[in-house]
Amino acid sequence: MLNIIKKEIRELLTPASIASMVVVAVIFALVGQMVGSPMNEITEKPSIGVVNQDEGLFSQTAIAVINENAEVLYLGEDRDAGWEKVQEKGIALLVIPEDFSSSILEGRPARIEVNWLLKGTGLMDNISSVAVTGLIQMINTSISEELISGGIEIPPEVALSPVGLSETVFLKDKVIPGVSPEALSGLLISQSVTIPIVIMMMVIMAGSTVISSMGLEKESKTLETLLSLPIRRRDIVIGKLAGSAAVGLIMAVIYMLGFNYYMESLTVSSSIDLGALGLSLGMGDYLLVGLSILLSLFAGLALCLLIGTFARDYKNAQTLIFPVTILAMVPMFLVMFKDFGTLSLLLQVILFIIPFSHPMMAMRALMFDNYVLVIGGIAYLAVFSIAITLVLTKIFSSDRLLVGWSWPKRGAKA
Amino acid sequence: MNALEVKNLVKDYGNTKAVKGISFDIAEGEIFGLIGPNGAGKTTTLRLVATLLEITSGSIKVFGIDAVKDPAGVRKIISYLPEEAGAYKNLKGRQYLEFIANFFGDGKEKEEILRRGVQIAGLGQRLDDKIERYSKGMLRRLVVARALMVEPRLAILDEPTAGLDVLHAQEIRRIIKDFVRSGRAVLLSSHNMLEVEFLCDRVALISEGMIVERGTPQGLKERYKRPNLEEVFVEVVG
Ligand SMILES: Nc1ncnc2c1ncn2[C@@H]1O[C@H](COP(=O)(O)OP(=O)(O)OP(=O)(O)O)[C@@H](O)[C@H]1O
Ligand SMILES: [Mg+2]
Repeated sequence: MLNIIKKEIRELLTPASIASMVVVAVIFALVGQMVGSPMNEITEKPSIGVVNQDEGLFSQTAIAVINENAEVLYLGEDRDAGWEKVQEKGIALLVIPEDFSSSILEGRPARIEVNWLLKGTGLMDNISSVAVTGLIQMINTSISEELISGGIEIPPEVALSPVGLSETVFLKDKVIPGVSPEALSGLLISQSVTIPIVIMMMVIMAGSTVISSMGLEKESKTLETLLSLPIRRRDIVIGKLAGSAAVGLIMAVIYMLGFNYYMESLTVSSSIDLGALGLSLGMGDYLLVGLSILLSLFAGLALCLLIGTFARDYKNAQTLIFPVTILAMVPMFLVMFKDFGTLSLLLQVILFIIPFSHPMMAMRALMFDNYVLVIGGIAYLAVFSIAITLVLTKIFSSDRLLVGWSWPKRGAKA
Repeated sequence: MNALEVKNLVKDYGNTKAVKGISFDIAEGEIFGLIGPNGAGKTTTLRLVATLLEITSGSIKVFGIDAVKDPAGVRKIISYLPEEAGAYKNLKGRQYLEFIANFFGDGKEKEEILRRGVQIAGLGQRLDDKIERYSKGMLRRLVVARALMVEPRLAILDEPTAGLDVLHAQEIRRIIKDFVRSGRAVLLSSHNMLEVEFLCDRVALISEGMIVERGTPQGLKERYKRPNLEEVFVEVVG
């Protein structure tokens, strides 16, 4: 029995499979770090600008609280100057309006205007907003204490909660009033979570079928039979790709339906609709998204078929699926947590090169009219697909598939 | 015209020289057998003729068509049965035959191919079972039927009856013998000397990638004064 165990382990634990396990571990560690860091950001002071247009008493209380609990980039009366500072490295511009103190004294709740500067809609792009919301809460408490200890006579509900906030989100060149960053990202959750997950699953499922079917075809010699039939090599390659692409699309639709249902049951239906925010997509946009999905699937499967040509048999093929899994998971995590625009240049390049990233990013990019990214991605995918298909046709026309990829001194029996 | 002309055929797998310059030809209507010990280069030779492997040097002509210059042309008139060939397990036997027949014709033509396939396979009701439930011999009959039903001008059969019981092996031999009439030809390899004696018009004995003896089974037996081919084989190779 020990013998059998040893054999199994030797078969499954090849350098390739160990390497891919290491990569998976590293990715998870990195993701953990990435997710971990915004948590730290909350305890850090938020960087904000403050415009004070009120000359009354309470604005001074508010500013004192802000000074203590936030990194103040700008404090003055000029909105534009403040916004400029915020754009450099801040997340929000707070505006204390002229009637701030007077309305509290008159027994009406006052409002602080919060202008959010959102860089992206990934899960990690908006998490720091919590710190600012907390700040407003603290201002509220301080002024409330002052009101009560000062014995100023105003309605109790105002005394307990004298300050409200009115929010506006500035995202790229869109201005979205009356929305908090959280609400917005909740609304866009299908773009930031559902689509990447569905695409990842589709790629892994369809990709692994292609790779293991190559392994199986080699093992059962059906590939030999197929290659001896009067069929053009290109047709074999395209036939295999198109067949598995169709299966992939069907799986994607099923996942999408299931996932949407799951998401809908989680998120409370929001009163904000995307159309009103100027975020809805037109017919042309959906065509682009569809094209992106289709091409990425095709490119991905071509890549998998190429990987599959290295498979010696069915079992060996299983270990070759790992790299594809990684290629599908990296963009999924990146796209889920960050917008393309907020990534470092290196990550942007990596994301662009991996064919699976493009459909994951497409819908969100189109909402914010980033046509360059989407159309550039589609062009890249088309070139990628054609190149790999040509390479594949070459391989299928040679005897590599049967002889195996023999490196010097090592001949593998097909 | 010869059905097959092989001249100075050489195949190297990297550093391994599997076939080291062999020449032979097959006439129309002839069954030609390659015999030889394991690893002699039989399968390699058959795969070269079937255009699956790239030739290192030498030439192959199938009914006058050059296998290097026009492999697609060769594939139209041959049929290759790999040793230990499998079939798509999730299909039923009949579906597999249909899948192959689709590449060779449509309508009436396809029906005719399929009818021959069903007849050669002789699997009866079991033809509508999933292939994964077939025994080794049933699978072999299915793939032999697959190879012969399209009536190729040259059939290349690698150990066609390996794994078959005596009755079914005989049946397949009879089918091959019938098949070769009307201008067709067969190139096969086998480890069964009885089969080779019964089937082949001529044989070539290869060892370590070279042809070491050739002739008709009868002629070889006479030359070595042995009662059967098996003893000739042992004397030549052993
Ligand atoms: N893909 C390959 N890479 C390297 N060497 C190979 C490969 N395929 C076959 N060989 C070698 O070529 C030689 C001939 O093999 P081949 O399969 O043609 O023998 P065979 O006569 O069919 O044997 P058998 O009777 O066992 O089927 C052997 O030494 C074998 O190891
Ligand atoms: Mg062999």
